[in-house]
Amino acid sequence: MANTPGPVRRSFAPWEDADADPIIRFQAVTKRFGDFTAVDAIDLDIYEREFFALLGPSGCGKTTLLRMLAGFETPSEGHILLDGADVSQTPPYRRPVNMMFQSYALFPHMSVEGNIAFGLKQDGMPKPDIDARVQEMLKLVKLEPFARRKPHQLSGGQRQRVALARSLAKRPRVLLLDEPLGALDRKLREETQFELTDIQQELGMTFVIVTHDQEEAMTMADRIAVMDHGRFVQIDPPNVIYEQPNSRYVADFIGDVNFIEGQVASHTRGQVKLETNSATAAISANSDGTEVAKGDTAWIALRPEKVRIGLDKPKGRGPNAISGEVWDIAYLGDLSIYHVKLDSGEVIKSAQTNQTRMIERPITWDDRVWLSWDRDAGVLLTR
Amino acid sequence: MNARLSTFNVTSLVLGFTFLYLPIVLLVIYSFNESRLVTVWAGFSTKWYGEMLRNQQLLDAAWVTLRVAFVSATIATVLGTLAALTLVRRGRFRGRTLFSGMVYAPLVMPEVITGLSLLLMFVAVNFDRGFWTVTIAHITFSMCFVAVVVQSRLVTFDMSMEEAALDLGCPPAQTFLLITLPIIMPSIIAGWMLSFTLSLDDLVIASFTTGPGATTLPMRIYSQVRLGVTPEINAVCTVLIGFVTLGVITATLITKRQELERQRAEAAAARG
Repeated sequence: MANTPGPVRRSFAPWEDADADPIIRFQAVTKRFGDFTAVDAIDLDIYEREFFALLGPSGCGKTTLLRMLAGFETPSEGHILLDGADVSQTPPYRRPVNMMFQSYALFPHMSVEGNIAFGLKQDGMPKPDIDARVQEMLKLVKLEPFARRKPHQLSGGQRQRVALARSLAKRPRVLLLDEPLGALDRKLREETQFELTDIQQELGMTFVIVTHDQEEAMTMADRIAVMDHGRFVQIDPPNVIYEQPNSRYVADFIGDVNFIEGQVASHTRGQVKLETNSATAAISANSDGTEVAKGDTAWIALRPEKVRIGLDKPKGRGPNAISGEVWDIAYLGDLSIYHVKLDSGEVIKSAQTNQTRMIERPITWDDRVWLSWDRDAGVLLTR
Repeated sequence: MNARLSTFNVTSLVLGFTFLYLPIVLLVIYSFNESRLVTVWAGFSTKWYGEMLRNQQLLDAAWVTLRVAFVSATIATVLGTLAALTLVRRGRFRGRTLFSGMVYAPLVMPEVITGLSLLLMFVAVNFDRGFWTVTIAHITFSMCFVAVVVQSRLVTFDMSMEEAALDLGCPPAQTFLLITLPIIMPSIIAGWMLSFTLSLDDLVIASFTTGPGATTLPMRIYSQVRLGVTPEINAVCTVLIGFVTLGVITATLITKRQELERQRAEAAAARG
């Protein structure tokens, strides 16, 4: 994965390579249910070995997109190409993709082995090969001792792994995962996230996951597509989505964010000055290529962890600074989030790491404080 | 919950059960009566059971009844299951409300009316009355019971199981045979048992629709009773009660057991 820290950083970004052939291609795909348009003229390329996440609130069309890929829904318009061949009208049982269901959908009358072998039997694979593949899958998901159990004799986490093994057993070209970790508790979910990425790396398979959990998408995916009302708002790697959102919708959906609204006062050589009600002085930001002209309404999106908080006004003309009163403090153990009410009435959040074990912190409720951040900490947005 | 029963509870329980079961218990007891007179106890004997087995008319009627019950239950189960599948799966098709109403109407239709209308129809189309007319009549009224039982199971059926099978390369018809049918099988069996017992003890509809040579057991008993009750009838009824009880209990157990087994296994899984 591109953003995995380690001694060797492999760069994996086939979407930047103009010559790379996508494994999946959506061409102007629209899906309507009666009057409701679930997916609206979408174009999308997904590449081999990619871990691709579809992220959005419920009803945004992400599940419909996945179900069209599996073959449970056919597009109202447009085409879906898999390895270059149009599969838009191919029924699910003739597609080289497999899906892991949110409810797991295990067959209750079959053992764990029987569930994993089901798809292989449909392909008419010889018995010894099936047995070998089932053993391999059981090993992969660490369920060897449970081979003969029925699904209802397993815990939630074990069932989830059976569902995974079953959908991987046929070595599909693409594995589709529909909210695969939704039913697990937090701790198990975090463990499973890493297991899933490990398995994906090990098998070198293409994974497409649907989730409404941004943390899940951030940890696992190579690229994230943020969806809203049947359209993509942004498709980018997790770090770009977080640090360079293209709209307030994306910035707000992923992580915590402060918005400061204002009018562009000047735009010279990539630097923008913004007149706001929140601060007495103009706020400066880098435009990062965003097209704005004098007088436009724009927003600065500012992540709480990039806002410093102090009792004294920061010296010099460098950073942006606003003063306000501490209105609330959310103590999270590792972090404390200071909610600072500006004189204009807006509330700006500042996250501070609690690096010491001091119980009494220097800043407390109703203190007059200064918030400051560097020019490149905020993202300038126009929508 | 309070596990101890108060005097009031015990009394009402005893009264209720007496009201329900005293006549049946008396009937069973008097089937072991030595005396020819039904109401006078003259010592224990199983001779009326022997007498019953030598009564060729009764045995013939029993054989007809069993055949009718078996054939009608089987066909009613197939039709009832199909009706349930259509009602649950086909979504909101045109005439769905009408169809579901018509499937359930025989549940509340007075038997006399069902029987009479069937008789009129058989006469109108000039269908010779006998074994098949009784069987057809029993299919029409027991099919809706199967539909109700199977439908209640299908409503809780997780459709993604069928999608998972399709996704794994299994064509739709095979998916139905390999996944759907085995999972809903207990409810289908329960539906069959229910139709079987319903057909076994039906008197009204059978008397309307039967013809010569196809006298069912309840009809035979009824006509004999009109000539005077003998302990032999008590013996036949005891056997019949045994059959029906067995059928109903089995049907209940089949549906209950799966549920219990699942709960037990889930508890075991939760314990680790």
